[in-house]
Amino acid sequence: MKIRIHLFAQARQLAGQSEVWVELPGPATVAAVREALATQHAQLAPLLRSSHFAVGAQYARSEETVQEHDEVALIPPVSGG
Amino acid sequence: MIELTHNPIDAPAVLASVASTQAGAVVLFLGVTREFTGGRQTSHLEYECYPVMAERKLAELEAEARRRWPIVGCTIVHRLGRLELGEASVAVAVSSPHRGAAFAAGQWLIDTLKDVVPIWKQENWADGTSEWIHPGLSGSAQTGPVE
Repeated sequence: MKIRIHLFAQARQLAGQSEVWVELPGPATVAAVREALATQHAQLAPLLRSSHFAVGAQYARSEETVQEHDEVALIPPVSGG
Repeated sequence: MIELTHNPIDAPAVLASVASTQAGAVVLFLGVTREFTGGRQTSHLEYECYPVMAERKLAELEAEARRRWPIVGCTIVHRLGRLELGEASVAVAVSSPHRGAAFAAGQWLIDTLKDVVPIWKQENWADGTSEWIHPGLSGSAQTGPVE
């Protein structure tokens, strides 16, 4: 399946776009999406270890399942306020 | 009340939004664009967010604060886009019957907002360089290219 991942801040800047796609066997876990992102979009690798993922606009644990049409976002460490 | 806005934050309006005759205490926190950080001079800031999630997390924070403290009014406003020095990026206002709860809730709300709400700040330094701020990232990833 293909998963679209929304990007923000430094992640968006590193990728040069506000979203990227990863291809992986589905359904997959958040951990698998993280691995796929690291290999298929290596420019994001420096951010991945300290970033969270959101699925359906909620923080998602590594073992959580991602379906093909879920809204997935990479959430690097936040700096609001 | 939760608001994400590209317009300047109207602090008197934020205060008025939590005013009530049931509340003997009103606390307002403003986060303001600072000129110097660790000796580096800021020109201006840019904020961006993940809109649907940021609104949801802010609403969750207000709901959690209302569970923890006897809050009468609660308003959180976060600015987005470009901010000049001295402008407020965030306002948190809480009213409560007594000051202890208003101070505690306001402190918890701004601290938790900075930890969990998907909003990001880009420092645009006076020397013309810029970087997105991601607390805890190592230096190499933290240093963004000049824009």
